[in-house]
Amino acid sequence: MSAKGTAAIVGPGNIGTDLMFKLMRRSAILEPRYMIGVDPASDGLRRAKSLGLRASHEGVDWLLAQDELPDIVFECTSAKAHEANAPRYAEAGILAVDLTPAAVGPYICPPVNLDFNLDATNVNMITCGGQATTPMVRAVADVVRVPYAEIVASISSKSAGPGTRANIDEFTETTSEALEVVGGAEKGKAIIILNPVEPPLMMRNSVFCAIPAEAGEPGELQERILASIHAMVEKVQDYVPGYHLRAEPQFDPARETWGDQARVFIPIEVKGRGDYLPDYAGNLDIITAAAARVGDMMVAHRLGVDTTWKSSAELGDSPDPLVVESEDADRTDASQTEKAGV
Amino acid sequence: MGDMTIRPEDTPVVNGEVTETEVLDTLERSAANAGGETDLRITDSTLRDGSHAMAHQFTEEQVRGVVSALDRAGVQIIEVSHGDGLGGSSFNYGFSKVDEFDLIKAAVDEATQAKIAILMLPGLGTVHHLKKAHEVGASVARIATHCTEADVSIQHFGAARELGMETVGFLMLSHRASPAELAKQARIMVDAGAQCVYVVDSAGALVLDTAQERIQAVIDEIGGAAPGSAQVGFHGHQNLSMGIANSVLAYQAGAKQIDGALCALGAGAGNSPTEVLAATYERMGIRTGIDLGQVLSAAEDVVRPFIPRLPWMDRASITQGYAGVYSSFLLHAERAAERYNVPAHAILQKVGDLGYVGGQEDMIIDIALQLQNEQDLGDLAGAGVR
Repeated sequence: MSAKGTAAIVGPGNIGTDLMFKLMRRSAILEPRYMIGVDPASDGLRRAKSLGLRASHEGVDWLLAQDELPDIVFECTSAKAHEANAPRYAEAGILAVDLTPAAVGPYICPPVNLDFNLDATNVNMITCGGQATTPMVRAVADVVRVPYAEIVASISSKSAGPGTRANIDEFTETTSEALEVVGGAEKGKAIIILNPVEPPLMMRNSVFCAIPAEAGEPGELQERILASIHAMVEKVQDYVPGYHLRAEPQFDPARETWGDQARVFIPIEVKGRGDYLPDYAGNLDIITAAAARVGDMMVAHRLGVDTTWKSSAELGDSPDPLVVESEDADRTDASQTEKAGV
Repeated sequence: MGDMTIRPEDTPVVNGEVTETEVLDTLERSAANAGGETDLRITDSTLRDGSHAMAHQFTEEQVRGVVSALDRAGVQIIEVSHGDGLGGSSFNYGFSKVDEFDLIKAAVDEATQAKIAILMLPGLGTVHHLKKAHEVGASVARIATHCTEADVSIQHFGAARELGMETVGFLMLSHRASPAELAKQARIMVDAGAQCVYVVDSAGALVLDTAQERIQAVIDEIGGAAPGSAQVGFHGHQNLSMGIANSVLAYQAGAKQIDGALCALGAGAGNSPTEVLAATYERMGIRTGIDLGQVLSAAEDVVRPFIPRLPWMDRASITQGYAGVYSSFLLHAERAAERYNVPAHAILQKVGDLGYVGGQEDMIIDIALQLQNEQDLGDLAGAGVR
């Protein structure tokens, strides 16, 4: 493998830093080269510099003034910032993976729809809840009609940064829409709950899908839905090893108050990988993992090479020396993330 | 365990007709009340918190009947929404029988002096829902967060004030935060635009002192007349039978807004009954502006007949108060208990142990499955299987 692509991370908060570690560990063709912020005192910039990246607090202006521009930029700032930056990246021919709720480009969830969007130059990573739940809705909708899908994402208060808190409506609205556009439900609804309990809770996602009455009864159709769910869980585990079913999906027969439809309930837990953020912050892990995966594939596609993504199995469970070395006080508190919409 | 499902056919339609004599009678009373000053304001939540106890099956006729009776009794604020607030109609919390915006509209139409309030929980309801409620005539926005997460409500308070609505902040499961922490969170809401902040005892877990010290701390932080100050309120539940007593202490500490529900119709063992609040405050010489005879009649003649099961302190709801569990988990726990054949009180105890917060009804299924699993393993062990 000779062809290599370079990446810039804009937004040196917890999300950006976790993403940097993921790219270093898991992608052989994407090299994180720039870390961009606006605060000279940023820990994230300092850390990136110590790991050999070029770090600047002079923002996107500085990045775009470099002789050697990155192939791809990961936007870990805010929706507003990305809306302003997106046309500038496009003009400079830089691919963009957007981790804010700006949604300038199409919603992407790697196991569901990346293949259809490899030519896109700007893609949006939905929300953490969207990354965790749209694959499940898609798995059900691949087998039966899903007139309505509803998800409840519960995350630890510590893993909800100021961006998420100030714009919580964006989370529910963006996720609801993705349940329809990406998940394949005719109507989507998303709910997010912050729980401050100590020790912090793992990220939990409950997915409810309305399904035809016959799928609510044991039988061949139900078996097919179950098989589809299990297959999709494995696909997600390929890049988010801590993604798993808490229990077998539960089927409930049709009820009048459900418009005579049956229901399947899918309980998901996401244990973070602990690349940089604590493992309860599965919500942050799943969106950075998905973004890293997507960036890797987009650049491989542009360079015309095979993706070199290391699967969870290949990576094993050994802790990364980079992470151990960088361990410091703020690692245990994800609340300072600068990213909106996770 | 009996059949806890509430079917629409079990809930008789309330006769919303009002006779001419009653109308004249009302006008006279309203006139008498209008001049009088009040010491506190009671907000009735029968049509919001009561929605939990009704499994969200309120009909428009019932809403009209209740609003009309409360309005006649001089209650100034009547809250109407899905039990979990705007947008609550869902698999997780239960689907509404009638669209809540239709119910709010009917309530607005029925009220002559009372203002109609709505509840919303950021993360579930959005500014979009708030605007829709305002469009159909709701004029008080009550915005609720878990007691340590007030900062998720900032955009909603801003939007509500922009719409010209009166604003109330709701710090749910207040027993989970220390008085000092609660005061800080109340400050966040006031700075965001809340004109009153409630200490909300969602689990009915506060017992006298623990209620009063929280109310006092919040009053010390946000009370007074200076700019940047706001009123303080209290929302009680009856799981440990403390709703009324805590509400009296709240008033004595300086709270100016108190919640109740007719016949205690609310989640868990129900809310502080509005009619008992009115009687108790009147006996203490505290002016609420409510006509006691009328409110007693509203409870007895209007609400009581359509309630399928009166809220009650039974093993499950007492466990909620004791273990500090969000009251609306009750019916969900009972349904899961039936579905998975495990005791409801055991589910609720576990919810308390794990520290789940309002809105996490989905975790009840999770816990029921775990308990069932443990039970099955226990059965195998009992049968000699190792």
